[in-house]
Amino acid sequence: MTTPLAGYLLVAALLFAIGLAGALTRRNAILVLIGIELMLNAANLNLIAFWRFGPHPELLTGMMFAIFSIAVAAAEAAVGLGLVIAIHRHTNTTDLDKMNRMKG
Amino acid sequence: MTPVFYVLAALTLAGGLATVLLKHLVHCALATTVAFAGLALLYLQLDAQFAGFAQILVYIGAVAILIVFAILLTRGAELPKDGVFSRTWFVGLVIAAGVFAVLGWAVLESVRAVPQQMAVPAVTVREIGIALVGRYVLPLEIVALLLTAATIGAVIVAMHEKERPKP
Repeated sequence: MTTPLAGYLLVAALLFAIGLAGALTRRNAILVLIGIELMLNAANLNLIAFWRFGPHPELLTGMMFAIFSIAVAAAEAAVGLGLVIAIHRHTNTTDLDKMNRMKG
Repeated sequence: MTPVFYVLAALTLAGGLATVLLKHLVHCALATTVAFAGLALLYLQLDAQFAGFAQILVYIGAVAILIVFAILLTRGAELPKDGVFSRTWFVGLVIAAGVFAVLGWAVLESVRAVPQQMAVPAVTVREIGIALVGRYVLPLEIVALLLTAATIGAVIVAMHEKERPKP
């Protein structure tokens, strides 16, 4: 491990890959959403690490970006989970392999 | 690199791995909460106190609860009969491993070129508040609008539909 920045970026990359693997390999729609949340969190960690070790931390750019990203992720989680509940009411399943019709 | 960083990184990554690998959805939600908490502690370790506490409030306080609600409302606590991984899990695993390889290579190749400031940035919550209503007031308003729209939209999407007469 070379520098602190590289350490944080590697942790973020690993978390992103774990989230991507979860989103791509799990059957359940809720787990896919959780994987997407993990990927968003990994991006936030990148933003904060660059803010901390970057040249002008007093401008707060990376920090603000991360805070707005957290807010957008919360909105995304609310709408996504609402969609999962609506689909479960229609088709009685949250298994993505069984959702193969676009007609409601 | 301090030992604290290694402990927190291991906690976060273990939470993420457990989320992806565990079978029961409720256990997955708990592991996700551990990963979110580890990330909040990493933010605190990076001297970003405000972001760390926002992470705790929003993710552990709201998103984790929402996930548990969704799991219970969709009866996800029952174990599925035909496995928890999709038919094409191997392709997904290969794609994720490829993405990690590319990201790790890019980080290790380019991080020497980035100048690093080791001094601790002295940022108070007061300064963040002034920046939020000063320089960043337009994004703040847009986020407020987005959150309102998302709340209404989530309620409407998940609402019971009335039976429509067939045309």
